[in-house]
Amino acid sequence: MYTQALNARDTTAPVAGPEEAARADRFQARIDAEERIEPNDWMPEAYRRTLTRQISQHAHSEIVGMLPEGNWITRAPTLKRKAALLAKVQDEAGHGLYLYSAAETLGTSREEMFDQLLAGRAKYSSIFNYPTLTWADIGAIGWLVDGAAIMNQIPLCRCSYGPYARAMVRVCKEESFHQRQGYEIMLTLCRGTPEQKAMAQDALNRWWWPCLMMFGPPDAESQHSDQSAKWKIKRFSNDELRQKFVDATVPQGQYLGLTFPDPDLAYDEAEGRWRYGTIDWEEFKQVLAGNGPCNRQRMKQRRDAHAAGAWVREAAMAHAAKRARRAEAAKAAALQQAA
Amino acid sequence: MAEQKIPLWEVFIRSRNGLAHKHVGSLHAVDATMALQAARDVYTRRGEGLSLWVVPSAAIVASDPADKDVMFEPTASKIYRHPTFYEVPDEVGHM
Amino acid sequence: MPTTSLSHTETPLLAGILALADDALILGHRLSEWCGHAPMLEEDIALANIALDCVGQARSFYAYAAEVAGGGLTEDDFAYRREVGQYRNCLLVEQPNGDFAGTIVRQVLISAFVDPYYRALTASRDATLAAIAAKAEKETAYHLRHSGEWLIRLGDGTDESHARARAALDELWPYTGELFEVDPAEGALIEAGTLPDPRALRAEFDATLDHILGEATLTRPAGTWMQGGGRAGRHSEHLGFILADLQYLQRAHPGATW
Repeated sequence: MYTQALNARDTTAPVAGPEEAARADRFQARIDAEERIEPNDWMPEAYRRTLTRQISQHAHSEIVGMLPEGNWITRAPTLKRKAALLAKVQDEAGHGLYLYSAAETLGTSREEMFDQLLAGRAKYSSIFNYPTLTWADIGAIGWLVDGAAIMNQIPLCRCSYGPYARAMVRVCKEESFHQRQGYEIMLTLCRGTPEQKAMAQDALNRWWWPCLMMFGPPDAESQHSDQSAKWKIKRFSNDELRQKFVDATVPQGQYLGLTFPDPDLAYDEAEGRWRYGTIDWEEFKQVLAGNGPCNRQRMKQRRDAHAAGAWVREAAMAHAAKRARRAEAAKAAALQQAA
Repeated sequence: MAEQKIPLWEVFIRSRNGLAHKHVGSLHAVDATMALQAARDVYTRRGEGLSLWVVPSAAIVASDPADKDVMFEPTASKIYRHPTFYEVPDEVGHM
Repeated sequence: MPTTSLSHTETPLLAGILALADDALILGHRLSEWCGHAPMLEEDIALANIALDCVGQARSFYAYAAEVAGGGLTEDDFAYRREVGQYRNCLLVEQPNGDFAGTIVRQVLISAFVDPYYRALTASRDATLAAIAAKAEKETAYHLRHSGEWLIRLGDGTDESHARARAALDELWPYTGELFEVDPAEGALIEAGTLPDPRALRAEFDATLDHILGEATLTRPAGTWMQGGGRAGRHSEHLGFILADLQYLQRAHPGATW
């Protein structure tokens, strides 16, 4: 879900000398042999930059992604749902943390990545710029958004960069309950009162198309993924993953008795897959450009939280320094006494 | 004003008694006490462990991947260190 | 589920269980408001852990309350269908999060009380309460440790953090008196060995607090005037807003299943 960064071409690649080219060849040979690249290994600068951008964007998506669902923690309709939602949103903080750590092994600190996000220089997944208006949106996010995320994240467990792949293994393992949690909410609503079922249908209507956009622009328009595929960072194309998602999701929606908001959605017997209608790429472009319904609100919340926490982080660092000084002084005093 | 960077720590978990501590990831914390608590809160939410180590990332000394051949290649020819190098007739049985 | 607010006969035992449950739920609710907004990512996860422990404790106590009350009531009936005046939590836990210092001071104050309280409750003659307390006490011991370490860092950090911690302590201190009050109905339960006597925990509470405050270069506020009434259903204005959030869906769709 969060690989939209790979759709931006790296334009800062330096001109390679012969020695650099030989190293790059050896590097590619390792990738081709399915070897994992580790933090201290030599890597082309473009590989480092591409990965840093992708992993940090993935991390930002997890952190910003806490906000739309976080909205509903205090309003969850039962104690069981409340605990599950809180645990899920907490998991997203954890996933952001694992991912920032993986990106840090490439030489960019979490502080720098935070600064990039808060200054608006870094992107995050377009999906989190849509509002959560009803409780059914929590179901829809779990079912659809997490479903789309899983499609994208499972292949990333085999990404060529070791720390990213290992973080994704952990994320995928923890995330297995997220989608089920969402689907169960949808199922309960669809079996509930007419108002509840309408709530579920409305959520599907609003989330379906933005979810399809999560996979990024159509392959025909994104020639940029070639290099990422060669480096085995991205193993499937945007359209391949989108198709997998549609094929997996449509029967689940039918089981719920819901209608997908796409009159062109039809099963292609010959191909054995679901054909879907035209995605509004202009909307996608606008949301990425900062014009989605909630872009400004999400960024403001992140900036406010970071600013409000500055004195806390400063105090804790000051205390650690005081402690270190006191320990140092005590040691010196002990030495003096011994002498 | 640029904020001070909060130190990075590496986290190791012993998942069961009898097993060694294994590296699971890293986190940021201002000091050792908070690092240990954060490790507990971040990395053991699903009953992953019985014991935790946290180590300042800066304290880890790593071998240089460029030295890989010098460091690890010479061992490849010492096949006499492996039991299968020696022949024991089948009749003698397991040894 | 019926559509109106819950009306049930509140025996002293039920009232006692609900006070424990309501404390845990309202505190968990407050802590969960931090999710996504904490000073650092690690702390976001830590606060959510404490909140989840509290919600879990609340559920255990509500489930027992439902058993005691009978009539097919569930944990959610107690959480979602009682009015402000029926809630029995202490005023301390419903106080707003404030800044991070406010949240940490509130946590230290409540944990320094609840942790020894649960430990004493493990010896209850009521086996269910004793079992819930045995599990919960391990959680509250960690809450105290975690919030205590933070309070030490805030108190003995920078001038600003010290001032904020000091202000939070002054603000919340008047809500600690209620923790040690005992009404006649509760007195009978204490007499029967069902609940511990909070008055007996005062010395331990003071000692724990003085130890943490000492390291934090803070002192106990001098004020002696204490607020009260939460246990009897007389709350601060804040609880109404908490319940408006918490109960919104159940109230808007009476009888629905979620």
